[in-house]
Parts: sequence; structure tokens; C-alpha cells
Amino acid sequence: MWLLFSAGGVLAALLLPILLVLFGVLFPMGWLSPPSHEHLLSVIGHPLARVFLFAFCALSLVHGAHRFRYTLYDGLQIKHLNEFVNFLCYGGAIVGSAVAAYLLWRVP
Amino acid sequence: MRATTGYTENHPRWLRRRKSTYWWLERVSYLVFILRELSSVFVAWTVAFLLLLVHAVSQGDNSYRQFLSWSASPAVLLLNLTSLFFVVFHATTWFRLAPQAMVVHVRGRRLPGAWIAASNYLLWALATASVAWLLLGD
Repeated sequence: MWLLFSAGGVLAALLLPILLVLFGVLFPMGWLSPPSHEHLLSVIGHPLARVFLFAFCALSLVHGAHRFRYTLYDGLQIKHLNEFVNFLCYGGAIVGSAVAAYLLWRVP
Repeated sequence: MRATTGYTENHPRWLRRRKSTYWWLERVSYLVFILRELSSVFVAWTVAFLLLLVHAVSQGDNSYRQFLSWSASPAVLLLNLTSLFFVVFHATTWFRLAPQAMVVHVRGRRLPGAWIAASNYLLWALATASVAWLLLGD
């Protein structure tokens, strides 16, 4: 379990900043011209890219869910809601991963 | 005759003081810790945002452009800027912990922590450059 958590954390730490800088700030603001649609499609349509993106999303989500669950446990001291919190956090991560798999499968 | 030994075991009640729900407000270092853990929420949002991007790209050029202009709307932009701060915060705090989590032994001697940290930052720079090249280069 810890290996999943750690892998998710490392991948998220390495890749999320640049992805968010590009797609969250630079492209929408027009400070950098976004990649053309065909180029982007060819990048994410590649089978290896899809598998990697799926693993990346799933691991980051699991990492976030695990951390958030413990934040609620340690931060708010809500031990009595443990099962519910676990279900929400990990359930959310699983649902998110399923959505990622579906979307990546459906890239033309 | 019982199977266990004859004496009674001594288990005094543990001293467990009840902690206030707002314990993390008592010190700055506690607050920073909670903020670091809260970065997990923004990690999840960023993944969701990227999946929305994947979905928009699959739907065609138009929807891709619409997605880009939607990302420029003030609310989304603000959310993404906040997420960016937390995601970078996650990365730096994660790399700061790396030397403590990863103990590498070379020929019987432990590698200095600074090397582990440096290799992580190097990997970060490489990953950033690769992603930028992959997406921007043509």
C-alpha cells in the first residue's frame, strides 16, 4: 500500500506542476500558444501514453485519497466516522480511476 | 489448572488526553503540516482537470478550444492558480522528505541526504523539460 502511495506522490510531484502551469495558466492566458489539436490528439492517442496516463491518474488519485483520509483522521479527530471516510476517499479514487480509464479508452 | 500462567496481568489505563479538534491551530508548524496534507485535495482536482482536458480533446478541435477558453474564466483560473501553489508545495515538501525516506547505501556507506534530494530535483527538471518538449515541440 505504501508503495502505491509513494509512487503516486512521486509522479504527482514530478509531473503535475508543469502540466498545471501549461494547461491551467499559460495556454488559457495566451502567454504561450497551445499545441494544435492534432498534435495533442496524437500524443495522448498513443497506446503507451494512454496506459501511462491511466497509471499516473490512478496513482495520483490513490495518493491524494490516502492523504486526505489521514488528514481528516488526524486533523479533525473524527475516528467514529472512520469507515465512512475510508469509503468516500478510496471509493472516490477508484471511481476517478475508472473515469480516467474510460476517457483514455475513448480517445479516437 | 489454566493453560496460562497463574498471575494476573497488569494493564494500567493509558493516559490519553483528549485533543481539541483545532489542535493544528496552536502552532505554525502544525498548520503548515495540515496545509501540506491538504495539498492532496488539489492533487485530486488537478487530475480531474487533466481528465476534462483529455475528454475535450477526444471530442474534437472545437471542444478543445472551448476547454481552453473555459480554463481562462476567472473562477477556474483562480482555482488552478491555487492548485498550482499547492501542487508545487507538495513537490517541494515531498522532495525535502525524500532523503529521510530513501536510504541508499553505496559500498557500505550511506549516501549523503543532499545527493538524494539533488537527484530528485534533477529528475523533476528532466520530467518538466520532457513534458514541455512533448507538448510544445512539433
